[in-house]
Formats: sequence, C-alpha cells, structure tokens
Amino acid sequence: MDWITTVDHKKIAILYLWAGGLFFGIGGLEAILIRIQLIKPMNTFLDAQTFNELITMHGTTMIFLGVMPVIFALMNAVIPLQIGARDVAFPFLNSLGFWTFLFGGLLLNLSWVMGGAPDAGWTAYTPLSGKGYSASHGVDFYTIGLQIAGLGTLIGGINFLATIITMRAPGMSFMRMPMFAWATFITSAIILFAFPAVTVGLVLLTFDRILDANFFNVAGGGNPVLWQHIFWIFGHPEVYILILPAFGIISEVIPTFSRKRLFGYSSMVFATILIAFLGFMVWAHHMFTTGLGPVANALFSVSTMLIAVPTGIKIFNWLFTMWGGQVRFTTPNLFAAGFIPTFTMGGVTGVMLASAPADFQFHDTYFVVAHFHYVIVGGLVLGLFAGLHYWWPKMFGRMLSESLGKWTFWTFIIGFHLTFFVQHFLGLMGMQRRVFTYLPNQQFDTLNLVSTVGAFLMGVGMIIFLVNVFLTSRRPADAPEDPWEDGRTLEWTIPSPPPEYNFKQTPLVRGLDAFWKEKMAGHKGMTPAEPVGPIHMPSATILPFLMSVGIFIAGLGFMFSRDEFSSSIMSFLFNNYIVTALGLLITFGSMLMRSLFDDHGWHIEPEELEGR
Amino acid sequence: MMKTWQAGKRLLPMTAALGLLLAGCGREDLSVLRPQGPVAESSYGLMKLSITIMIVVLLIVFSIAAYVWIRFRRKKDQDEIPKQVEGSFKLEVLWTVIPLILVIVLAIPTVKVVFAAGNDHSDDKDAIKVKVTGHQYWWEFEYTDYGITTAQDLIIPTGKHIAFELSTKDVLHSFWVPSLAGKMDTNPDGTVNRFSFSAPNEGVYRGKCAELCGPSHGFMEFKVKSVSGEAFDKWVASMKAPESVMPEDPVLAEKFKSQCLTCHAIGSMPASPVAPSLTGIGSRESVAGILLNDDTREDGAPVLENLKTWLHDPQSVKPGNKMPNPKDKGLSDEEIDGIAEFLAGYTLD
Ligand code: HEM
Ligand SMILES: [Cu+2]
Repeated sequence: MDWITTVDHKKIAILYLWAGGLFFGIGGLEAILIRIQLIKPMNTFLDAQTFNELITMHGTTMIFLGVMPVIFALMNAVIPLQIGARDVAFPFLNSLGFWTFLFGGLLLNLSWVMGGAPDAGWTAYTPLSGKGYSASHGVDFYTIGLQIAGLGTLIGGINFLATIITMRAPGMSFMRMPMFAWATFITSAIILFAFPAVTVGLVLLTFDRILDANFFNVAGGGNPVLWQHIFWIFGHPEVYILILPAFGIISEVIPTFSRKRLFGYSSMVFATILIAFLGFMVWAHHMFTTGLGPVANALFSVSTMLIAVPTGIKIFNWLFTMWGGQVRFTTPNLFAAGFIPTFTMGGVTGVMLASAPADFQFHDTYFVVAHFHYVIVGGLVLGLFAGLHYWWPKMFGRMLSESLGKWTFWTFIIGFHLTFFVQHFLGLMGMQRRVFTYLPNQQFDTLNLVSTVGAFLMGVGMIIFLVNVFLTSRRPADAPEDPWEDGRTLEWTIPSPPPEYNFKQTPLVRGLDAFWKEKMAGHKGMTPAEPVGPIHMPSATILPFLMSVGIFIAGLGFMFSRDEFSSSIMSFLFNNYIVTALGLLITFGSMLMRSLFDDHGWHIEPEELEGR
Repeated sequence: MMKTWQAGKRLLPMTAALGLLLAGCGREDLSVLRPQGPVAESSYGLMKLSITIMIVVLLIVFSIAAYVWIRFRRKKDQDEIPKQVEGSFKLEVLWTVIPLILVIVLAIPTVKVVFAAGNDHSDDKDAIKVKVTGHQYWWEFEYTDYGITTAQDLIIPTGKHIAFELSTKDVLHSFWVPSLAGKMDTNPDGTVNRFSFSAPNEGVYRGKCAELCGPSHGFMEFKVKSVSGEAFDKWVASMKAPESVMPEDPVLAEKFKSQCLTCHAIGSMPASPVAPSLTGIGSRESVAGILLNDDTREDGAPVLENLKTWLHDPQSVKPGNKMPNPKDKGLSDEEIDGIAEFLAGYTLD
C-alpha cells in the first residue's frame, strides 16, 4: 500500500527501477529467442509471424519500456539530492508519471496473451501497420499502450525541468550544476519537444485503425511517408533522450574515480546543448532510401556528420579528466571505462551511416543493427550499469559486491562485443535486418552462430548482476554517507539512504563540485544555508494510481470497441463505449477529487529532526 | 579545400590496404564489399574513405585511453590530491577543429556522390527502362520499351544503364542488389522512385527486399542476370513472340487454365497484377525467388523438384504468401506433379 500511494521521489525511483527490471527482462528474453532462431540458416525454432512479433516487441520494449525507466529511476533517485532539493517540483505528478508509464507498458505487453503482439517493427511503418496488413489487435496495443506510457514520460520530463529550474540550492547557479543534472535538464527539454510528435503520430494511426480514418491510407488520400517523418522527428531525438543521461552518468563517475574535476566542464555543457539541438535536425537520415532526392539527402548527411563534433569533444574531455588523476577501477568505473571505447565505436559507425550513398548499402542491414546496439547497449546500458553500481549505496544503503560486479562487467562486455561486432560484417556481406531466417551458403552461418553465443554470455552477465542485487539485499544497510570516499557532489553529504526530507538544512553551494570544495577547505560537511526549521512534506495519495488504472481501462475499451464478442454482455459493454466511459470516469473522477479536496501536506518539526 | 583533399590523399595507402582486407569478405554476387558495378563501386569508395578515417579516430581514442588507464592508475599509498584542472582552451579547440576537418573530408565526396547517384538515366535513350513493382513477396519487372513483363529474374544486358522506376502494389519494400547498387524503397503513395545501375560483367547477382514487409520479408529475393547484348536481344525476342504453350493432357490443360491462369499469366496473356508471370519459368534461376534451380550446388535442386516443392505447399516455402494451395483448389497430387513437369519444361532459349 505504501508503495502504491507514495509520492517520495526516492521511493518512486525504486518503483521505476523495478518496472525497468521487469520490462528489461522481458525484452532480454525476447532478444535471446530472436538469437536462438538465427543461430543457423533455415531454422524452424520460431515461425515467421512469431519472429516478427518478437522483433517488434523487443525493439519497442527496450526503447520505450526497458531502459527509459532505469534512466528515470536514476534521475529520481539522484537529481533532487544533487541540486540540494527536498523533493521534485510536483511530487503528485511524479507519481502519476510513473503509474501511467507502468500501465501503458503493461497494456502493450498484454498483447502477448490477448490475441497477437504487434508485428510491424518498432517503427510501425504504414501501410504494414495499417489494419489491411496487420489485422490482429497487435498494433492497437502498440499505439494505445505507447500513448499511455508516453504520457508518463512527458509528465516526468516536465517535472524535472521545473525541478531543476526552480529548486536548486542557494549558490548553485546553472554553471555550478553537476553534469548529470545538466544531462537530465537537457534530456527533459528534448522530451518536451519530441514526445508531442509521437503523441500526434500515434493518435493518427489509432484513428486510422480504429475509426477508419485515412491519414496514412493511400486509397483515401493519405500518405504513408508522412508517418515516417512524424515517427523519426520523434524517433531521432528519442535516441538522444536515451544517450544524454548516460553521458551525464559517465561525467559523474569518471571524475569521482580519478579524483579530478571534470575536464572542460563548460565545453561539456555546450556540447550537450549542441547535441540536443542537432538531434532535432537530422531525422531524415533514417529515410535516405525513401527517395527524398539528392538535395535533402546531402543536407541531412552533412548535418548528421556534424553531431560527431560535440560528441568528440565529450570523449576527449573524459579522457583528459583521467589524465593526471588517480584512476581507481571500482565496478562503476570499470563500466565507465568500458563505455568510452565501445561507445566511440558506435559513434564512428554512425558517421559512416551518415554518408547517404554509403547508407544506401548499410540501411536496413545488420550493419545498422550493429551500430545502434553499440550505441544503445554499448553506450547507454554500460552507462546505466556504471550509474547503478555507483548510486546503489545511496539508493539502498548497501554496497553491491565489488567482485560480483567485476564478473558482471567482464561477461557482459565480452558477450556484447561477440554478439554485435560480427554483425557489422553480416550487414556488409548482404544480410538484411528483420529476417526470420536466411538461406544457407551465403557465408552468414558462422557469424550468426558467434553472435548467438555472445548473446548468451550477455545473459550470463545479467544473471550475475541479479544475483549480486539479491545477495546484497540480504546484507545490513550500513553504507556510509560517502561510500566511494571521493564523492564530489551534494548527494554524498547526506546519509545513505537519505531520510525522506533529504536535507535537514538546505546546503550552501560555493562552487562546482560543492562537496569536494568543502572537503578541500578542510570542512567535514556542507555549510547550511538556513537554520533548522519545520520541513513541509506532501501527503501520500492513491489518486495517481487510480487515474492510471482509469486510462488503462479506457484504452482497452476503446481498442475493442468495434469487436464482435461471443458473449452479448461483452459486446454491449465494449461496443457502446461503456468500458471506455467507465475508465475515463475513474480518471476524471480522481482528477475531480484532487481538485476539490485541498491537501496541504504535513510538516516535520525541528524537535523530530534533532531527535535523529 | 586543397588541404582537406591532401589529408584525404594521405589516407589513401591505408584505404588501399583496408580495401584488400575487406574484399575478402562475402560472396562476389552478394557482398557490398565486392562491388561488381560502378554504382556499388562509388558507395564502396565512400565506405573505404569513411572507415579509414574512423579507424584512425578509434586508434587515437584507444591509445589515449590505454595510456591514461595504465599511467594514471592509482597506486598503493598514493594520497596526494591531483591538481584540479579546469580544462584547456587550446586542447578543447584542438578536438573541436580536428573532427570538424575530418567531417569536411568525408562530407565533400559524400555530397558529390549523392548528386551523382541522383542521376537516374530516365531520359537516356540508350538506357533500358525497367518498371519494378514490389508485391508481398515477389518482384515484377516490366520492360516498358519492349512491352514485356517478367518476374523474379531481372535479365539485363551487360554495360548498359538500366533505368529503374520503383513502386509497390501493397506495403513498402526496398529493392536491393548489394553487389551492384545500394537499395531504394518502393513507396505505395504513387510517388515513383528512380535510380539506375549497370553491370559491366556477365553474371547472376542476388537481390533482396530490405524493408520489413510481412512474414516472408526475408524470403523476398530475386536474381539479376547480366547477359551479353545478343543474348539479351534473343531473350527479348522470345518473350515477345511466345508460343501459346499448354499442358498436352487436355484435362490438365483445363485445370491449369481454370485454377492457375486466373491469377498468373503466360505467353501473350496480359501481365497479371496479383501473381508473377510464368512465361519461360523453366529457364529461370529460381522458383519463388528462393528455391535455386541449380542441381550442381548443394543448396540448389533441379527446377522440377523446386516446382513440386512449391506447388505442393506454397505456405511452407513462403509463409504468408498470397497463393492458394493447389490442393485446396481441387488438384490431385498427380495433377500437381503434371503441372510441375509441364512448367519445368516450359523454357525460353
Ligand atoms: C541482450 C541484449 C540484446 C540482444 C542480444 C539484442 C538483439 C537484437 C536482435 C537480434 C535484433 C533483431 C535485429 C533484426 O530484426 O534484424 C534486435 C533489434 C533491436 N534491438 Fe536489440 N538486443 C539486445 C538489447 C537491446 C537493448 C538494450 C536495446 C535498447 C535499449 C535494443 C534495441 C533494439 C532495437 C531498437 C531493435 C530494432 C527492432 C526492430 O527492428 O524493430 N536491444 N536486437
Ligand atoms: Cu520486403
């Protein structure tokens, strides 16, 4: 009950982590099934339809539901602490964002048991995703599930923008903000601009499918290429929504374990902003072969290549942060170290893809599969592992085992390179992507086998991580405030895990790496910016949960509103939009409750604070 | 500009070495790395240039990384606080400018080739014009200047530019012959994509569909057969003046007409929009695009056997394809075998 009603950002972080673990596990299982099918030519382990459902759900799950919540978990756990705040700007919305996200994700995955998963690829290109070619409800689950989950992401993004703009501790100017906070800020801004595009796209596709609209239907005057533009205007920024937080994490971990401040802080900030900006200008590089013509292709080629410049700045700044430092290879830093070369390899193939005439050959082949996995897994997932191992003691008060952590790292990264490095060559040798099997004697066989073996090794790495988490959870929570000893930012000045009000007294920030600065000045902790006083806390509430349940029910009702049911009661309920209305009633009713009954929250009194 | 070109030239020896290495990769009739025509050649050139630049970048990053990890590893009892360096304006400008130069080195030839690739030869009187239509899951080729239509095998004369017009009857597909040229989508919205390639050497090249188009997307293959000019002319002539062949057995002929020719066309019949033309199917490279008619290879089989495989159960060969099972249309096993024999013998010379 406590977990369903909580509005505390630290608990919501843990909820996000659980949800992320769940969906990441589902997506990972799907990946393993895909790889088993591709282990040899003409394999019959899966049939073609199931395979297409698996790649669609794997891509969708990983991008929207697998890594996103882990990012949000870390942001929720860390951002208020890093900027010296007692909570996020809108705790109620924070909880609402999580629950809509979770119910959207659950709805999407329900498709596995309710008559067929989406099968048109995670990009859902029309007309294949239209009702004419994808007749099951799969793509409806995709459009409606993602719509609901996307709502949660958008709410979360807006919340972080407001939090970072308004709730920084006294003295923390923007240019004194830790890099992870910067990354969160920029990421949230991208969410704010990119998600409305996909929202619109999903609405249009839903209308095409459920209400027989003609946005993408050629016979009715619609245009399928329009979907590609809408999708990628969202889709390309989305990959920066994923990678920028990883950049932020790496920028925290490397300085801590090098005992040096981040090299070129201001150019890092500048590069982050530039990447976000350019990220919106390059969507059509996913569409070079659509036939946009040489002028568009040339422009999008060059603008895409330009992203290499700010990214290069970041890589070299990280390397020079370590230069002259004292590098310690703890588990988080091992992952950060693994990140640098691996991500660089993904970035480099990105530049190769940007050259349109070369992309005519690369596009939609395993070369592309290799590229985006180098960026997403080799970049983002390694970054998340670094962040999880780094902040685990702060989130849970327990250090993860270092030796198991190292085992995780080595099995995962070796497995990763085995899986995906060879895929570059598969693509160049002529293997298209999204094929459920391939003919023998094309020289694809050995490389595919290697790739599958690698995938299993990555799976082993994941299992070791889970074992680590499990064993750790049974040990006493005794992590010190600053467990890595060289913490530089505010989150390391308070107990692990933090009390629910975070800071008894808001700290005064006197420079970049505020805590490190105080340590160097010989102080034990931060100088407070205020006397001890009563702390205002928001009340727990179940309304966000109810609102999300309502949207979930309404989504299901809408989706089946045109179906024939064998039972007449079901037909009556669904076909007359009664279920839809019921769901919306729950949601709007909860909203009404929220508006009518003012809840001013409660206070923690100074006596209680001192008592601890 | 001169400077950047020189920088590009300096990379040439490495490019050459890499080229040799990569050229070992894959089959000649299939691999992007073993281009067999000028269009694939130009993509390959850009790939070599970019990969050379990128390997240089990787070597620099890897060596700096290895150096700092070893050199600046924290030693036992090391406890002095390292100098907290702000950054370095000079260094930061350096690693802004160098990537910028590398990007320019790659961007200039890229833009050049982009515009060259825009050259589609659709107005070239000398070019062979072919209308390509994608279907779930087969390819149709119409030679507009000759008024002939075929499927699965694209026959072209060596050395001539082939000017393509690409479209689709259903979902998106993407037309791709890796060793001859990059891919191009077939869009369903009435916009026609144009491009062209040529094949200087005789040979059979493997083509694929590169855009997810349904369950059998992976099986939507075709062959490009590049033949001498005379052989091409001869093929065109025999396609234009087809004898009206029919199975000899009248019962079989009737079945063939009523159960197969409702969708397929043969000989002088007008091409059908729902199924591949069967004219001269006995002399094609493959049945259904994927069953190779080549009994000299282990992954091939005689054309008769392939036809039987297909006709006895089309769904098991290409899941989700639109051809009804002949058994469901009332054909007995013997009749199916009879039709297979007839089709296998239906060749163009
Ligand atoms: C255990 C790790 C993973 C393995 C073994 C794996 C494997 C694969 C495979 C085999 C494909 C299919 C490629 C094709 O259809 O041609 C694929 C597609 C994809 N993967 Fe992964 N993957 C892994 C993790 C991830 C992660 C963590 C993400 C993102 C965060 C991700 C994102 C994608 C995307 C977006 C696609 C494209 C899906 C589509 O074609 O519609 N993968 N993956
Ligand atoms: Cu296809």
